[in-house]
Parts: sequence; structure tokens; C-alpha cells
Amino acid sequence: MEILWFVIVTFMITMYVVLDGFDLGVGIVHLIVGKNDDERRLTLKTIGPVWDANEVWLLAAAGTLYFAFPRLYASSFSGFYLPLIIVLWLLMLRGLGIEFRHQVDHSMWRLFWDVVFSLSSVLLAIFFGAALGNVVRGVPLNKDGYFFEPLWTTFTVVPEAGILDWFTILIGFVAFCTLMLHGSHYISMKTEGTIQKRSRSAAASAWWGTFFTSLAALIATSSIRPETWNNFSEHQWGYIFPVTGMLGLGGAYYFRVRRNDTAAFLSSATFITSMLASTAFGLYPNVLPSSIDASHSLTVHQAAASEYGLRVGIVWWTAGIGLAVGYFSYVYRSFRGKVSGQPEESGY
Amino acid sequence: MDDALLVHRLQFAFTIAFHYLFPQLTMGLSLLIVLLKAMAFRAGHERYNVAARFWGKIFAINFALGVVTGIPMEFQFGTNWARFSTFAGGVIGQTLAMEGVFAFFLESSFLGLFLFGEKKLGPRGHFVAAFLVFLGSWISGYLIVATNAWMQHPVGYEVAHDGSVQLASFWGLLLNPWAGWQYVHTMGGAVVTSAFVMAAVGAYFLLANREAEYGRVFVRVGVVAGLFASIFELFPSGDAQGKNVLQHQPATFAAMEGLFETKEGAELVLIGQPDMEKLKIDNPIHVPKLLSYLTYYRWSAEVKGLDAFPREQWPTNIPLLYYSYHIMVGLGTIFIAIMVASVFLLWKRTLYSARWALWILMLSFPFPYIANTAGWFTAELGRQPWLVYGLLRTAEGTSHTVSAGNALFTLLGFLGMYFVLGVLFLLLVIKKINVGPEASPHAKH
Repeated sequence: MEILWFVIVTFMITMYVVLDGFDLGVGIVHLIVGKNDDERRLTLKTIGPVWDANEVWLLAAAGTLYFAFPRLYASSFSGFYLPLIIVLWLLMLRGLGIEFRHQVDHSMWRLFWDVVFSLSSVLLAIFFGAALGNVVRGVPLNKDGYFFEPLWTTFTVVPEAGILDWFTILIGFVAFCTLMLHGSHYISMKTEGTIQKRSRSAAASAWWGTFFTSLAALIATSSIRPETWNNFSEHQWGYIFPVTGMLGLGGAYYFRVRRNDTAAFLSSATFITSMLASTAFGLYPNVLPSSIDASHSLTVHQAAASEYGLRVGIVWWTAGIGLAVGYFSYVYRSFRGKVSGQPEESGY
Repeated sequence: MDDALLVHRLQFAFTIAFHYLFPQLTMGLSLLIVLLKAMAFRAGHERYNVAARFWGKIFAINFALGVVTGIPMEFQFGTNWARFSTFAGGVIGQTLAMEGVFAFFLESSFLGLFLFGEKKLGPRGHFVAAFLVFLGSWISGYLIVATNAWMQHPVGYEVAHDGSVQLASFWGLLLNPWAGWQYVHTMGGAVVTSAFVMAAVGAYFLLANREAEYGRVFVRVGVVAGLFASIFELFPSGDAQGKNVLQHQPATFAAMEGLFETKEGAELVLIGQPDMEKLKIDNPIHVPKLLSYLTYYRWSAEVKGLDAFPREQWPTNIPLLYYSYHIMVGLGTIFIAIMVASVFLLWKRTLYSARWALWILMLSFPFPYIANTAGWFTAELGRQPWLVYGLLRTAEGTSHTVSAGNALFTLLGFLGMYFVLGVLFLLLVIKKINVGPEASPHAKH
């Protein structure tokens, strides 16, 4: 039962990263692909009706994590206190950027909110990556299962490390490049003309960035946490995740060159999904490794809620998520196709 | 109270009080928008569709603010209240996760369709979208109230070997006897807020001599909904919720009413300041024997005062609890008076031209916000010193790894951030109201 919920929580987090990931990516390249007010308005319009619903996955994923693994939720959220609260502020600023830019018709006002939107998206991508990096590297969990990390200590990977050290910053850059790639694919898929051309070239640079940072991260992970590979050598079917990931990254290159933007977008989504799945596979049965003493590490079994609660949860979760998938496919179908410059129904 | 505990409490209190300014409007407004859409169907008049679109825009801004200020609430269970989450996550994780899965997806998906898809959906589909937004926000409200009800009156749990509590009965948790009345009382309060806001905007249009057609619709819908909702807040929901408190948190009940001594034929205190040194109410204005009657339906019944309970069972901050409760009840009574008078004038067909009444309606919209906030202060202060009533003290629930200094850093950050949010929100809403419903008669621009 705990294993099933471990898979479900990984799934929810992955859904969040894939969905909100592309609109974060749109934020990253926002100032590059749109050079004037009209172009930037169009870029934002590609995510207008969906970004809010995408962000709801974060709430739902956090809620599910809380429900299934209350100890993990308590320990990681209090330990990552500072970066999480900063992430909350960045999410607010980013939402303001999207919603307030079109409220006043003045170029300085719009430029200001464009920069706020883009900058907060960049920082969010890096912070989310760094958070993942912390989970992989391990945190100074004490014997009661709690910890607290300052934002940084010496920037080196030591047992009493901060949130940011060279390793987690590297993972932050992996996330930055990956989401930039993903978001650029999304814009290419939803637009035409100049914006599409620029976002394809942004995707090209992002691809190389993703390739090199991922390679570096792979080497770094092997040297910092070689035990990540234990699960893979014991259960070789697990290699399917990283292999699919590489295929996804390869596909992103292949389809971009062939100008098949939808396939490129799906490829980057596959890359993200597989890489998160690989990480989860490598971590198991730990959900939060301790950097001080391996015996302090939180495992799925210790962190999970009671058997009864988890069994009840399966029933309502399946029903609820079935409904949600229904709404989402309906909404995305309703807003499918390319965005255009016509001032038809654009909300607000 | 040590520094860290104080800062954690202040941060939660501030962020939740600010957050609740938005859902109380959206939950009530979603119902009124469904009403407007239903009137569009029945009367077949485009005016009601235009009105629904106008309020849809106001709804959207409030919804967005509700989401961005709501994420910190869920996060703070982990960031600031880690020991509480470790203790109780096995139970309240259920309702919080269900809120995400059942309510938020529904609400956010169909809000997008409601705002952007009127043409594509057609009138019937658009009505359904409005209804599903309403359903989502009311489900969300129930699951949050059920979470709070469990903290007020824990049921359906068992204590595990590690000392944490775990779910023992799913339906016990979901159908907590405390939750039913608390829910309808909360939602009624939300309808009061949205009804007053709608009536205030309508009154403004009528007083400013613009968009009179819509001004009349908003005033009419606002005062009629406001009348029903504000009476419902007093009876049966407020009355029943008071009985809940009396039964399960008797010391809290005495503190709310400002009753220090147990007595037969207890008086109902209307005005007066609690003096915690002398344990009495200063300069009281009260109605003799009324509290006994309202509580037990007998004029001479004995009501237990604070002296009937040992001090460690007393709520931590009695004066603030007493004021919160009295502000809520006092304002609630004034709301009934305003709405009764307005509906009377409406029935006499003079409301739209009675400028003094329109001025009152226009200026009274902030007070339901105050009453709702005071109501939640009553519930939350009444529970202290417990975080989970009878099971976990508030001081035992904080994240002890988060120092007072770090918590203060984020509290100050929230103050600054929410100040900016508040200013921008007001600018935007005022702008939308000033543009008015007629500016975009067909689709939203």
C-alpha cells in the first residue's frame, strides 16, 4: 500500500512538473521570444486559460503527499522552510505578472510585469531543481526525523549543507534548461510566424543546455550518492526509466529539427516524466535520505499514514483523479489549436 | 508563550485572515452567479447574462487571489506546524487531499471555461459551467470546515503506537456532528458577504446615475439573498452552532458570552469590557435572563459561567474571544435590520429611489468581511490552548526546527507581499467596477 502511494505521489508531482513546467518554461523564454508588446501578449495568451489550473496540481500534489506521508510532509516542509516560503512568494509574483500586465495600457507598466513574470519563472525553475537536488543529496535529518537547512553554508557538499551548494545549484540549472526546452516547445506548438521561429531557436539552445547539464548531473550524482544506482543493479527493469528519458531527449532534438512541434513537446514531457521516475526509483525505499547518518533516513514505511487511511484513500483518489483527467482533457480540447492576434474571447 | 510560538501563530493568523477575504466572496458569489444565470434562462433577457459576465470578472480576480494566498495555508501545515502535521496528518490529510482532488480541479477547470468559453459552450453549457464552479467551491468549503471541525471536536480517529493519531472511521471524520452546522453557518456568512457586495455595487451605480438597469438587478438580487442569508446566520445556523460549543466546549461558551459566574436566569451581555483581574464585565449593558432562555428555552435555567471550570480549561485570550464573538453577533443583527428595511422598501417599490437607503447599502459592504473574520476568530480563539481540542496543545504543534528569527523573516515578507497584493487587488476591482457591465455587452473583451 505504501509503495502504491509512493507511485501515486510521484505521479502527482510529475504531473505538476510537466503541466506547470511548460508555463514556467514560457516564462523563462518570455522576454526572448516576444520582442514587442503584441508578441508578448500572444505568448502569454498561450498559457492564459490553463496556467491557474496547472498550478492547482501543486496544491493537489502537496495535499496528497500530506495525506499519504504526513511525517515526510512535516519533516521536509519544515526543513525546507526558507526555500518553500520563497517559492510561495515567487508563485505570487508570477501570478501577478500574468494577471496584471494587461490591466494598464502603458509600455512601462507592461515591461515591468513582463520582467516580473519572467524573472520569477526563472527563479522558480532553479529553486524547484535545487529542491530536487536536496532530496537526492540528502539532508541533515536528526534522529527524530526533523532538520532545518539555511539557504547556504559553504556551497560545498558537506553533511551540514545548506539548500544551495554546487550540486543542488547544478540540478537547479538542469531544471532551468529542461523547463526552458519544454516551454519553448509549447510556444512553437501554439504559435506561428516570428514567435514560433524564435521559440524554435530558443529550444535549440535549451536542448544543448539540457544535454550538458544532465550529463554533468549524472556524473555528479554518481560520485555524491553512488547508492542511487543500487536499485537499478538489483532490479534491472528500472533501467527502462533512464532509457526512456534519453529517448525523450533524443526525440526532442529529432522532432524539433523536423519541425514537428507537437511531437517535440511530447518528447520533452517524456524526458521530464522519465527523469523524475528514475530519481524516485533510485531513492526508494528512502523518501528523504539523511546526510548525517543513513539510519536517520526517512523511508516510505516510516513516513506513511495508517493502512486503513491509505486504503480508503485509494477509493476516493481514483474517483477524484478520474474526474480531474476528464475535466482537463475537456478544457484542453476546448482551447486547442494555435492562438491568434484577434481580439476575440480572451478573458479578463 | 515563547517567541517562536508567538511568531508561528501570528503568521498563520495573519495569512489565513487575509486569505479568507477572498474565498468568502467567491463562495457566496458563485451561488449568486448561478442565480443570475438561472434568471437569464427564465426571463430570457440578455441583461442577466451581461450581469453574470460582469460578476464573473470580479469572481476571477478574487479566485486568483484566493488561490495564491491559499497555497501558503496548505504549505504552512508542514512548514510552521510540523509536529502538528506529524501528529494529525494521518487524519486531516484525508480532507485536505480530498479538497485538492475533488474541489480545486473542478473549480479551476470550469472557471476557465466559464470565463473564456461562453461562445463555445452555448447558454446551457455556460450555465452548467457556472454551476460546476459553484459546486467546486462549496465542496472545497466543506472539506476545509470538516478539517477545522475535527480540530474543534476530534472524532473517527485512533491513537497509533508512535503517539500520532490515525484515521479509524472515514465517514466518522466526514460526517463529524460539529461540521454540519459549522459548514452551513460558514457558507451562509459567505453569501452575506457576496450579497452585500453585490448590493453595494448596484447602489453605487444607482447613486452615480449610470448603468441603472444593472444597478437595479444587483440591488434586488443582493438584498433578497442578503435577507435570507443574514436571517439564516442567526437562526437556525448560528443558534445551532452555539449549542455545539455549549455541549463540547462549555468553558469557551461561557467566555464568549462574558459570563464569569454560574447563575440561574443568566443575563445576555450586549456591551461591556471583560476585566480579567476582577473577573467581571465593566459598564455592562445586558438583558436580564435572556441568556438562560436562549440557551435552554427556560428563563430561570442555570448557565455555567467560567467559575465552573478550572483555569487551565479556560480559553487563552478571553477578552479577544469575547470581542470577536460580540462583534460577529452585533454586526449580524445589524445586517438583518438593514436587509429587512431594504426588502421592505423594495416591496414598496421605493428602494431604487431612496437615496439614503442606497447610501447605507453602498457603505455597508466592509462589515460582512469583518463579521466573517470575527466569526473565525471566535472559533479559533475558542479552541485555544488546544490545537486539536483535548488532544494536542498549540505549543506542542509548531515546527521546533524553525527558529523564531527565521519565522519572523517570513512573517515580515508575508506582510510586505500581502500589502502589495491588497493594493493591486483594490485598484483592479475598482477599475472593473468603474468599467461597468455594459462596456462589453457580448463576449468578454
